[in-house]
Amino acid sequence: MAETAISHGHDVGHGAHSSTGLSNNKLGMWMFLGSECLLFGGLISTYMLYKGRVNVGPQPDQIFDIPFTSVSSFILLMSSLTMVLAVSSAQRKDERNMNLWLVVTALLGATFVGGQVYEFTSFYREGLGFTTSLFGSSFYTLTGFHGVHVSVGIIMLMALVGMNRNKRIPGDRAEVVELIGLYWHFVDIVWIIIFTLVYLIPS
Amino acid sequence: MSTATEHPEQIEHTEHTEHTEHADAHEAEHHGLSDKHYVYVALILAALTAIEVSTYYVDFGPFFMPTLLILMVVKFVTVVSYFMHLKFDNKLFTYLFYSGLLLAVAVYCGFLATFKFFLQKG
Repeated sequence: MAETAISHGHDVGHGAHSSTGLSNNKLGMWMFLGSECLLFGGLISTYMLYKGRVNVGPQPDQIFDIPFTSVSSFILLMSSLTMVLAVSSAQRKDERNMNLWLVVTALLGATFVGGQVYEFTSFYREGLGFTTSLFGSSFYTLTGFHGVHVSVGIIMLMALVGMNRNKRIPGDRAEVVELIGLYWHFVDIVWIIIFTLVYLIPS
Repeated sequence: MSTATEHPEQIEHTEHTEHTEHADAHEAEHHGLSDKHYVYVALILAALTAIEVSTYYVDFGPFFMPTLLILMVVKFVTVVSYFMHLKFDNKLFTYLFYSGLLLAVAVYCGFLATFKFFLQKG
């Protein structure tokens, strides 16, 4: 393990470190993301179980607007590209581009959340409320939790931009951007699964 | 050694080359890919998404479900490996993340099995 730590010397020098020589912050973030898999795994499997149980109210194939959701998915996917470009700029100490890509990522994320709000509103108007059916409850809970995660990500991105302008980012700036990037990409990969299992695979 | 003594410029060149290679390796390890390559990865992901969406319009027959599931896994692994840098980072991070993921998949497959989810039709 010591050899591993030495061979990845770039990890040494980033804030506090564990006995592995790796950044504690990064280690903590990966553990957090591993535990988040359990949260979303629970929500997705509950949705899979409940979606076809009671045929009350609108069903998935009657209300899903696949072209609209496809565009939202594409936007979120592209926000992962802009996020990784922000991380790359931060590692090059290119502050201007880093701020630019962070803001673009936040805007793309906000567009995705806006699309989700529009989708929820139109579903509600078509008769699918939170308590209408097991499908409605599990669908709104799953996609709502994801939307909250995206919103938290947007807040973190904007806070990062603000803190960077005021030179208030503690420790290694590139690592802080990377950690928020990890969270953002995680939100993206969760949507990759939701888009396939919830929207594209019919009941 | 004698060669080094006879050709100091050569050893300087060798040292410079080694230094450059080391710096490049460090750079690649630190940054993962170049920005241009990140764009290529994003284009591949966009193309895979387009294929996914096409299953809504085109009848894939018996290949419908396997195609979607395979594309989902490929997109997932691509984002985790390249955008999240797991491919270039310490293996411990890979073990941490995938152990959480595998645990989740195993637990919830067991959970769904207890409700006979996999025996349902449609």
